[in-house]
Amino acid sequence: MSLLAGQVATIAGRSVWRTFRQPAVMVANVSFPLLLLAVNSNGLRAATNLPGFPTNSFLDFFLPFSFMQGAIFAALVAGTDLGRDIDTGFLNRLALTPMRGAALLFGQLGGGVALAAIQAAVYLTVGLAFGARFDSGPIGIVVFLVLALTIALAFGSLGLVIALRAGSGEGVQSSFPLLFFLLLISSMNLPRNLISVDWFRIAATLNPVSYMIEGMRSLIIEGWNATAIGLGFMFAVLLLITGLGVAALALRTRMART
Amino acid sequence: MSQASRASVAFAVVYRYVRIQISNPSLFFPYLLFPLMSFMAYAGGLSRLRAIPGFHYASGYTSFQFVFILLQSAAFGGVFTGFSIARDFEYGFARRLLIAAPRRSGLVIGYVCAALVRWGVVATIVTIVGLLARMQIGGNGIDLLGLYTLGGIVNIAMTLWAAGVALRTRSIQSGPLMQTPVFLLLFLAPVYVPLPLLRGWIHAAATANPMTYLLDAGRGFMDGHETHVLLAFAAGLGLAVFFSVWAFRGLQRAEAAGGS
Repeated sequence: MSLLAGQVATIAGRSVWRTFRQPAVMVANVSFPLLLLAVNSNGLRAATNLPGFPTNSFLDFFLPFSFMQGAIFAALVAGTDLGRDIDTGFLNRLALTPMRGAALLFGQLGGGVALAAIQAAVYLTVGLAFGARFDSGPIGIVVFLVLALTIALAFGSLGLVIALRAGSGEGVQSSFPLLFFLLLISSMNLPRNLISVDWFRIAATLNPVSYMIEGMRSLIIEGWNATAIGLGFMFAVLLLITGLGVAALALRTRMART
Repeated sequence: MSQASRASVAFAVVYRYVRIQISNPSLFFPYLLFPLMSFMAYAGGLSRLRAIPGFHYASGYTSFQFVFILLQSAAFGGVFTGFSIARDFEYGFARRLLIAAPRRSGLVIGYVCAALVRWGVVATIVTIVGLLARMQIGGNGIDLLGLYTLGGIVNIAMTLWAAGVALRTRSIQSGPLMQTPVFLLLFLAPVYVPLPLLRGWIHAAATANPMTYLLDAGRGFMDGHETHVLLAFAAGLGLAVFFSVWAFRGLQRAEAAGGS
């Protein structure tokens, strides 16, 4: 067990170091969601005038979007790193060592999750500085951060699956529109009960991302809504388990192939 | 003679660009998917915004968003062309192009024409999707011609902007530099609701943003009520002229650097 932990730490350390060595990637990934937050929280502020809108602050409503986008970037970072390792033959060389597959998978998530943690700290600070209020109080902020990082881990595992399937960093990058699509077809801009187009409301209801967003959002605008928080954690953990399971299978196939 | 050689260089660039797009769907599809996904998300997910007090647009929210998506696709078409120019420099192809072209200004003209061709395909598909989504068109044929002409001007202006960046940096790493200002220009306009419904700093930013007037004029054409038409065409053509100077100066820099 301690051997596995040591292997995870080695791979995770490498992954975190690789991420921090690319300041351009860090800055772009942290600032782009902030830019969207600034523009959309003001551009869509008029939506709070809709009858039944759950809060009068669109910043409060929209803040979880930044964390979700951060999770998508975590997926891209984790996936691109692994894809590059496949591309450059590093994975083949690793296969000759006693490194275990589980260590590789958990370790590769390190860079993405480290980035997600930095993003979360920045978004939370900016959100609070610009007047976001957590109805669930300080403990709610802690739960919010735990949920945000769980979601980042879950998307990171999805990034690993994509990398192992695509086999290149470029393949992972080109999956960005697909991941972003999951975010677009969700309740990120309006509560589901206020979405008037039927097919979109159904799609948003079927989309697990809606529940992840609603879980985070509930801690800001509702306080302690056990159902929303529970669903948020449930879908994040389900995605994480599924992602790691599929990634483990894909890794075994790829190792066998090499 | 020089006009003919410039045209032949431009034609060669367009021909190559179109062939690459056809033979590499992975280069074309992200550009097509981006506006389609945005259209679905905005027209579908935000249509309730038409119920906000003070929101008046007779043709409906789908048409309101269609105009933004059309101009967005035109603008990002320019950015994607900038990526292609930068890639040509990174792979060394642009160096050979600079050596081979008798009139190098034809290269920039060729990239602009190629971007227009590609945007024409995307605009057609987005329009078909809009019609399938029961988008209402209040304007007549002349209005629609005005709308698509505005889109073409935006495409030309943004291609020239991205080309100027690509010709100076000659690296795909400058992608965010091409993309971020265009993104800001687009999203600091009244994207989701009309200008009078915006409040605070974003209202001030939108008022000073030339894209606001292009968007307003486009929405006016779509609705059949012309708004800010002269201002929009002046803003669009002004951007195109300004960025053409930027792009051709960038070409001079690339020539001076030997295309490396």
